[in-house]
Parts: sequence; structure tokens; C-alpha cells
Amino acid sequence: MRSHRFYTPWLLMLPALVWLALFSVWPAINTVTLSFTNVHQLTGGHFIGFKNYWLLWHDPHMRDAILNTVIFMVICVPMLTFLRLLLALLVQRNIPGIGFFRTAFYFPVIASAVTVALIWKWLLDDRGLINSLAQSMGFVHKTIPFLTDRWLLLLSAVALTVWKGLGYYMVLYMSALGSVRRELHEAAAVDGAGTVRRFWSVTVPGVRGTMILVSVLISVNAMRVFGELYILGGRTGGVGGQDVSIVMLVQQAASGSDGRLGYASAISVFLFFLTAVPLLFLTRLNKNTLEES
Amino acid sequence: MTAARGRSPIFDAPTRHGLVLRYLTLIAVLLISIGPMLWELSTSLKSKVEDVFTQNIHLLPQHPTLGNYGEVRRTIPVWHFAVNSLTVAFINVAGNVIGATLAGYVLARLKFKGRKLLLGVFVSTLILPAEVTIISKFQMITNMGLGDSLIGVALPDLIAMTNVLLMRNAFLALPREVEEAAIIDGANTVQRLRHVGLPAVKGVLSVISIFTFIGAWDDFLWPLLVLQTPDKLTLTVGLSYLDGQWSHDPRTIAAGTMIALLPILALFLVLQRFFFRGVAEGAIKG
Repeated sequence: MRSHRFYTPWLLMLPALVWLALFSVWPAINTVTLSFTNVHQLTGGHFIGFKNYWLLWHDPHMRDAILNTVIFMVICVPMLTFLRLLLALLVQRNIPGIGFFRTAFYFPVIASAVTVALIWKWLLDDRGLINSLAQSMGFVHKTIPFLTDRWLLLLSAVALTVWKGLGYYMVLYMSALGSVRRELHEAAAVDGAGTVRRFWSVTVPGVRGTMILVSVLISVNAMRVFGELYILGGRTGGVGGQDVSIVMLVQQAASGSDGRLGYASAISVFLFFLTAVPLLFLTRLNKNTLEES
Repeated sequence: MTAARGRSPIFDAPTRHGLVLRYLTLIAVLLISIGPMLWELSTSLKSKVEDVFTQNIHLLPQHPTLGNYGEVRRTIPVWHFAVNSLTVAFINVAGNVIGATLAGYVLARLKFKGRKLLLGVFVSTLILPAEVTIISKFQMITNMGLGDSLIGVALPDLIAMTNVLLMRNAFLALPREVEEAAIIDGANTVQRLRHVGLPAVKGVLSVISIFTFIGAWDDFLWPLLVLQTPDKLTLTVGLSYLDGQWSHDPRTIAAGTMIALLPILALFLVLQRFFFRGVAEGAIKG
């Protein structure tokens, strides 16, 4: 039984194939090629070998960006992995009005990084709500320089990222929680395990797979941070220019009337290898779990 | 949680204490998640005569006014920006709905040489974060003469590979027998897609539309690179310039922020039913 002519699949897939080739495969190859050239936005360039990578290695901004990325990851991964699980536990039960809460907890996820960063920027302003509250309550007597201090600015961006990402994967966790076995909970309760104990020894192992997946995705996203830092600290990355992310450096290098596309590509290639690490870790882990079972 | 020993906080009916505690926690989290947004809304409604910097904090505006929204309009062409964002979002939704449906259907339901290999290529693009290839795409769009244009902003994401794979997953769930019956009845591929395939994947299709719309509306880095002329900017890019460059008044910036924030939240409120249902169908897990 013939279900279709030989050319039908290709005809129907044509648009997607063109986009696959033009905007996924080709840019991936071309980024690597560009990274070995000194191509600028307006002027063509030529092959310069590993010079961009050598520059990248000696770029002090790059060191700041890597350090910032590591800090982002070290805080975001554990915080978001666990806070999201707790949030899912909180909204899982169908009690009256829970739909309203679930929707509202999703609002920061839906909002763009630019709008939430502007909202936080006003909250954290030298004369904003947080500083006013802290001073009128007498916690501090000086203004807390959230947006101008090198480390406070970074931590503010991290806090913003955690806040914005809380609701994300709420649904994923909720379906994982649904599969945690009831008998295990009951058995642990009979054995006298309290709520906290049962959380650590029944719930957490029960959603272990989901937690690993979620933390891998969080680390990849932490490496891709852009809008939050760009808005909170400004395009140059804070007062001293040290609060930059890797993507901000890509954008800085490429923008302007004569953007350095070659150098920006070298940073992009570096970013790719960085994001590949947690993903490789995940496939490796999945393979091992498959072999075990 | 103060649930008594032997009770499960997940499975058993809640105790009175547990329920009160749960609602209190929910309200606390609610304040954390939407409190900052409400404060911004309140700031956007405060009049010029009200001191927004004072330590004598007023949560609500004392003389509520919409004047700041007019101020935004006088400072930047904000409605123009909104129309630009809408244009990009609609182009992308249309492109993804059509392109991903066609390709997803083919990859799931039709047998042809090279399908496995092609599927592998589609899947392997997922490990490429968009930011990694953004420079090459930027160069391509500029070389095509589409730099500084809305078409240039919309074009690369017109068909997203993730959506193709999500649609493939959705079409895979369709029972083979139904389709075979349609083949016996003489339906051709396009007819089968329209009358057998499409009705079964409405849920995932609506999730893709919502996600694409939100993604385009919220996108920042890509339009920031591509667009330069002030009247061509999208809302997110326009707002990033409003802040600090064209305005220093927190009330004006707050009003601009609300113009970008409120429509997308309203859209989500209206469509959340499809959203949560589609996510539950496994659309997101891909």
C-alpha cells in the first residue's frame, strides 16, 4: 500500500529543511570559520589562525565573564533545583484557589528579562524601595550600592535570575511528584520519619531524574545569561565593566558600526564548548542509569 | 508543615492547621513573585507632585494618574514599538505553525529514505544554544540586506527546530490504524494531515503558538543586534534605551515597563488553560 509519492515528504518539509540548513547548520559551521578570521561588519577579513583565541585567552573581560558565570552557576543550580521542588510541593495539591496561585507564580517566567530587570532596577535603586525600607527600619544607615558595587550587582542579577526562574519547570516537577510512590511515604511515616526526613529520603530520591535534568538545564541557562545583567548594570557591565557575561562580550564585540565578528565568533565557539559540558554529563549519566537497570 | 505523624503531606486530606499554613506560605510566595510587579505598577501611576524617592513609603499612589503613560508616548514612539513587537510575534507564530506542522507530520508519519538521518540532524541542532550562532546569523541577515528591518528580526526564528520536533512527537501519538483507514479511503497526504492529523495535535499546536508569541515578544539580544533606527525598534530594545538614555524619571520608565509587561501577562491569563494542559501533555519535555 503506497501512502504517498516519493517527493511528497520532501515537498512538505521544504520550508523546514531550508531553515534547518540556512539558520542552524550553516551558522554553526560559519561561526567556527569566522572565528579564525578578522572579519568586521563592514570590511571583509582574512584567515588569521588562532589569533582570536589567543586574544580571548588574554582578555581580562573574559576572565571576569567566566568568573561571573561560575558564580551564577554555583548559586543558581542548587537554589533553583530545590526551590522549584519546594514550590511544586506547595502548589501540587488541588485546594481551592490553587489555579490562581499557579498562574501568578508563572508571571515572572512569562515576562521578558528586560521588563523584570527594569522592575528590579527600580527596587534596588539607591533611592528605591529596598534601600528606603532598610534605612527607615534602621537596618543600615548608608545606601546599599546594589547597582554600582561589583559584587552586589552580580549577586542582584543572580537573585533576579532565581526569582524569574522559580515558576519554570513547576509543571515538570509536579508530574514527577505524581509518580513518587505513595507506599514509600506511608512506610517511612510508619517508621516514624517526620516531614523533613521524608522529604529528603523519599521525595528527593523519587524525583532524582527530574532534578538532574533540571539542574543541567539551569547550568546551561546560567552560561547564557544576558538581558538581566545588561539592564541592571548597563551595557558596559557595571561601573567598572566587570559585571559582564559571556554573551554580553559577544554582543559588545559584534555591535557598533564596525563590529569585530571574527572575535565575537571565537567567544561564541568557546561558549558552545562550555554549554556542551553539562549536556555531555547528562548523556553520560543517562547511559549509566540505563546500563544499571 | 505541622501535619501529624503518619500523614502524608502529598496524599492525605490536609489538616486544618496544615491548610492554614499552606495558604499562608502560598500568599508569602505570591507577594515575592508579583509584589515587585505591583510596586512598578503603583510607581507608574504616581503623579509628578508625589515624591517617589521619599523614605516615607506609600504603597499606593496618592493622586493616581495615567499621565506617565502619556509621558512615555512623548519620549519614545512606544505604540510604534508595540506594533513592531506584535508584527514580529505574529510572523513567527504563523511561520512556526505552518512550517513545524508540515515537517513534524512528515517526520512522524511518512516513510522515506533518509528519515532517520534527517531526524538525527534536527535533534542535534538542539544542543546549539541560540546565542552561539547569533553572530553568523547577524552577518547573514546583514548580507541579505535585511539588517535594521523587522523581517530581518523575524526571519531566523520563522521555523524553530524545537517546534518541528514537538510537532513530530505530537503526531507520533496518532494511532496507525486511523491513518491506514484514511489511506484505504483514498485520502492523499495533505488530506490526511488536514482531516486526521491536525485535529489530534491542536493542544500541542496551541502551546507552540503561545510559546512562540511570548518568545518573540520577550526577545532582546537578537533585535538589539539587528535593529538600529529608533522607529524600527521592538518594545524590549526600545525600553532598554528609554532607561537612563531618554528618561531618568522612574515613573516614566515604570509606565514603559508596564506597556511591555501587561499585554503579555493578559495574553497568558486568557490562554493559560491551553498552556498548562499542553505542558501536561508532555509538549515541553520534548
